[in-house]
Amino acid sequence: MKDFPYTESKDTRSGFGAGLHELGKTNPNVVALCADLTGSLKMDAFKKDFPERFFQVGIAEANMIGLAAGMTIGGKIPFTGTFANFSTGRVYDQIRQSVAYSGKNVKICASHAGVTLGEDGATHQILEDLGMMKMLPHMTVINPCDFNQTKAATIAIADYEGPVYLRFGRPVVPNFTPADQKFEIGKAWVLNEGKDVSIFATGHLVWKAVLAGKILAEQGIDAEIINIHTIKPLDEEAILASVAKTRCVVSAEEHQLNGGLGDSIAQLLARKMPLPLEMVGVNDSFGESGTPEQLMEKYRLNEGAIVEAVQKVMARK
Amino acid sequence: MNPFNYDTEELKQTAAQVRRDILRMVHAVNSGHPGGSLGCTELLVSLYFKMMDHNPDFKMEGRNEDLFFLSNGHISPVWYSVLARAGYFDVKELATFRKLNSRLQGHPATEENLPGIRIASGSLGQGLSVATGAAQAKKLNNDKNLVYVLMGDGELDEGQVWEAAMYAPHHKVDNLIAIVDRNGQQIDGPTDAIMYLGNLHAKWESFGWKVLETNGNDFDELIPTLEEAKSLTGQGKPIMILMNTIMGFGVDFMMGSHKWHGVAPNDAQLQEALLQLKAASNDY
Repeated sequence: MKDFPYTESKDTRSGFGAGLHELGKTNPNVVALCADLTGSLKMDAFKKDFPERFFQVGIAEANMIGLAAGMTIGGKIPFTGTFANFSTGRVYDQIRQSVAYSGKNVKICASHAGVTLGEDGATHQILEDLGMMKMLPHMTVINPCDFNQTKAATIAIADYEGPVYLRFGRPVVPNFTPADQKFEIGKAWVLNEGKDVSIFATGHLVWKAVLAGKILAEQGIDAEIINIHTIKPLDEEAILASVAKTRCVVSAEEHQLNGGLGDSIAQLLARKMPLPLEMVGVNDSFGESGTPEQLMEKYRLNEGAIVEAVQKVMARK
Repeated sequence: MNPFNYDTEELKQTAAQVRRDILRMVHAVNSGHPGGSLGCTELLVSLYFKMMDHNPDFKMEGRNEDLFFLSNGHISPVWYSVLARAGYFDVKELATFRKLNSRLQGHPATEENLPGIRIASGSLGQGLSVATGAAQAKKLNNDKNLVYVLMGDGELDEGQVWEAAMYAPHHKVDNLIAIVDRNGQQIDGPTDAIMYLGNLHAKWESFGWKVLETNGNDFDELIPTLEEAKSLTGQGKPIMILMNTIMGFGVDFMMGSHKWHGVAPNDAQLQEALLQLKAASNDY
């Protein structure tokens, strides 16, 4: 099992803020819109240095999506910022008609996704957003794993023409991927090669998969760990290549099992390579108040749950 | 510059032809929305054949052109007819309206790349936001042209409209002319019976808009109002035109009733209606 040293822990939303600020300097067409959560989304630096390209929308997310769609018509590349809950469910029809169906170059940037939003509770902890977004034709769906990757993804999506949903979060997590990485949309990233099981993880669960890999190594299990930062388009080739070797699969995500990464992988396996799959995620329930750590423990979104899933799936080989 | 700059007589002739197109299009597929389309014919004819600086050689970005957005997308027949008559695409294509594999979808869409359409509409309440965004992009691009958007009055029931109503004055989006088709009808009945709209003039004014009112079925009133609206742009406020129209205008038995909101005429009704509308050029 490879080692993944890191010197600091950071929140992925700050990676977004840093990426957006960088884009402000390098791409004059990038504009930012925010629905009264500038601080939470870490959009302050962009707002301060590029005030003419920053648009405060107030608590009016539907209008924000429409405005962004309209701005693309003048060649702008709008990045909208609010919590994942208000970026998706609240404005699904606006995204569907004005952005996805209209093929507009809007980047929907969503923070505080999942239970790691913490104490605010289930009203704000969306666990259905990946599913809603991946169902929309034309939509690209990205869920990076740490600060560096979120920053790289933010920068990369500005160069991609088309609607994108970029999901990130609030908690501080190990920043273990390289600062100078090139982010390739739709390209799975093999973190650790192994032969016994394929673990496909996304977002905050990628680090948990790394921790699980270490535990599994001590048990003599050689896990292949792959970071699926792009939920759609899914890197089917990389997934099938790994599974052809390991013959069993675990998926891990901070999302409902219905509609998430595991669901996409299950469809792929059923169609192309029917082999056993175990899924780590939230099983048809809402979240609740608590600290992020407590919630990841209670909802079984951690290395322990991944290790158990691996043991279970390997027994099914 | 408008590429046509028609006089009133030419506008009237064009409106009659557009109305014939609308009726024949919805009749052919026995579906679509003739009532609002007929009521807004003078407006769309005025914009495309007199007021707007636009280019039928369509480009999505529309730089240095006036842009038009149709928020109440269900009145697509009038827009498709006007776009075709203005040269955006062949009038023969009007015969494909609402049919399989057509670019003329039931509600306007960009998916099939129909020239003249810049965003999908149909699910109501979204167009004012889109138009406001497009207007702000024009400002960022130092593009002096204007953005027009049409909404239905029933559409004002949608909350998103009022989000945009607050936003545009707050951000001084003064290159935007919004128009409400005040025909007083929506699917289930008169607007004030379904959801009371109250004093729309006072409502929009209190949100910070410069508000004008006009008769949308009379070129002699409509054109001067549109000219006035244009003259009021660039003064720090978005412009709202409350445009009184009669749903189904131009066909006596369709006028003033919500019953023709989304119902096509039958064969006999079509013939009776066409007798009331003199063909200006040629039917498609």
